[in-house]
Amino acid sequence: MSETIPVATRLELLRTMIRIRAFEERVGELFLRGETAGSMLHLSVGEEGAAAGIALAMQPGDTFTTHHRGHGIFVARGGDTQRMMAEIAGKITGYCRGKGGSMHIADMSLGHLGANAIVGGGIPAVVGAGLASKTLGQGSVSVAFFGDGAMQQGICFESMNLAALWKLPVVFAAINNQYGMGTRIDRASATLDFAGRARGFGLEAVEVDATQPERVWIAASALIERARAGQGAGFIVANGYRFYGHARKDKSPYRDPAEEAEGRKRDPILNQKNLLIGEGLLTETEYEAFWQAANLEMDAAESFAKQSEWPGLSTMFEDVYDPSSPPPVPVEERLNRVLGGAL
Amino acid sequence: MTSPVPEPQSVAFGQEIEYRAALREAIRQEMRADPRVILIGEEVGRYGGAYGVSKGLLEEFGEARVLDTPISEAAIVGTAIGAAMTGLRPIAELMYVDFAYLAMDQIANQAAKIRYMFGGQIGVPMVLRATMGTGRSSGAQHSQSLEALFWHTPGLRVALPATVSDAYFLLRQAIHSPDPVVFLEHKALYASKGVLQDQAPPMGVAVSRRPGQHLTLVTYSRQLHHCLQAADELAAEGIEAEVLDLRTLNPLDLETLAQSVRRTGRALIVTEDTLTAGASAELSALIQEACFDYLEEPILRLSGEDIPIPVSPPLEAGSVPSPDRIARAARRLLRRRG
Repeated sequence: MSETIPVATRLELLRTMIRIRAFEERVGELFLRGETAGSMLHLSVGEEGAAAGIALAMQPGDTFTTHHRGHGIFVARGGDTQRMMAEIAGKITGYCRGKGGSMHIADMSLGHLGANAIVGGGIPAVVGAGLASKTLGQGSVSVAFFGDGAMQQGICFESMNLAALWKLPVVFAAINNQYGMGTRIDRASATLDFAGRARGFGLEAVEVDATQPERVWIAASALIERARAGQGAGFIVANGYRFYGHARKDKSPYRDPAEEAEGRKRDPILNQKNLLIGEGLLTETEYEAFWQAANLEMDAAESFAKQSEWPGLSTMFEDVYDPSSPPPVPVEERLNRVLGGAL
Repeated sequence: MTSPVPEPQSVAFGQEIEYRAALREAIRQEMRADPRVILIGEEVGRYGGAYGVSKGLLEEFGEARVLDTPISEAAIVGTAIGAAMTGLRPIAELMYVDFAYLAMDQIANQAAKIRYMFGGQIGVPMVLRATMGTGRSSGAQHSQSLEALFWHTPGLRVALPATVSDAYFLLRQAIHSPDPVVFLEHKALYASKGVLQDQAPPMGVAVSRRPGQHLTLVTYSRQLHHCLQAADELAAEGIEAEVLDLRTLNPLDLETLAQSVRRTGRALIVTEDTLTAGASAELSALIQEACFDYLEEPILRLSGEDIPIPVSPPLEAGSVPSPDRIARAARRLLRRRG
């Protein structure tokens, strides 16, 4: 395996996973201190191997959509953790000026076509991005990231069919963390062979262990480059475990404690660390240095988010329509106009 | 939205053509002018569109730009969204607006909100064309008027062309819109004919189709023609109705609407849409707010009945406003005229 993956990438996978976990742990702490906007905070701790493995297999110019548990994917795609944290805190300096929050982070300059709070909602957009890439000769691949929950949504299958039918440069990436909110996957689907399901649509499909990030990277690279070469759309399902509850406050009482303890042992960061140390490519000191750098980065992100301003109230009327059109009229202003006979 | 659209040379202005031909010409001109414009939907290619709107476009522009899709409404809209975000200018078609219910997440949660949720980073410049309305006994799932759903959703533009010229110009303007436009074509109008004028006002400008001082008939889409027939009938009795064609609900030309009702003091809103929480309800509220001191009578709403659309021809026709019923309601509105 190691002969097909550059050493720099192997180290970058580890560094990226550590940054993701540091980010998620930090926003989780901010949430518990009441410093995030709202309670919709879905952490991807435990799933870093899927996010890093697939995201690092993508190229600059590639586009993607993510789901409600998408922070880690965007960190891996180069997302600015300061603007991400500011967005999660609802500040004007955030990626979406505080209007999107945790579940709607997007960055067109990095190909991030948006995180989505509707399970499966962001999947068809990559079919469109793949169509645009093919029609305009952009050479880019578009990747839809979603969870196992979306594997039970109709829009997922409509999108898979179209991407396969039109041989689009598209890859569907299912991160199977075993749970759709509180429902374990075997209570949501009669069959768990999602790769087989995707093959039924004519997609090149592969199933990997999300806790082995190098295997994820190798499999994802093959699918992405195959799609880029015009050989057809692909599907990857990466199986891992959601270490925390559905949202940060959820202590997942619906899960068997023994299952949780076992699940949390399947740690992609420790797996990668041990692999690299075992091969003499990493020392404990270097590993600690990765963590220190990540924690410093999150310190900076946290203070950026905290020091940033709230959006001004008038900004709520911006961005509904293109700026060439007048914004919606505030309700009280309308009321004044009605009573003043000036509507 | 109001930026002028450059005029192509090959369109036969001044000639009488069908509504569907005007739509086809608009698409053709935009596809010729801009290689980013694509048409995507069920039966838009080889079949030529369920009502023949896109006949000939596949032959001219090829399969890369005229895309027949499987019967996957949500994916049609979702694909158009992603394409619009990454460089194309898609015209997506839902064969019937009733099928929008299959795609409502993509329409209302995605297309309408992407600009906003992402803080203005990007818009979704796409057109969603759909056939609406009664007139062909198509039944409860192929005949609705769902403009209120889209009008209710911030972020969506809603256009309802009633004339051949509007079919042509509003569609071209919609394709140029930086925001998603739901473009509703009335099935009873496809074969209607009219002279294609060489210009039309931009979206967001209502047009008075007939002057009158006694009452204002407020309408759009196919009911414009019923209102004009009713107005002729009323004129013979000495009642002069102004007929106002709103053309687009978002943006809405409230100013022209309010000016007319302030002048006449009486408003009769005519829609095929159902009554309760329908488009006529919002129009009524707006007129009341803008014209309270000028109203001589309650604002009347003559809408579609609050029922699913029945198939049987007399039932179907009876479920939506007709010229006779419009004229009758107008007379009652003027019963106390001094």
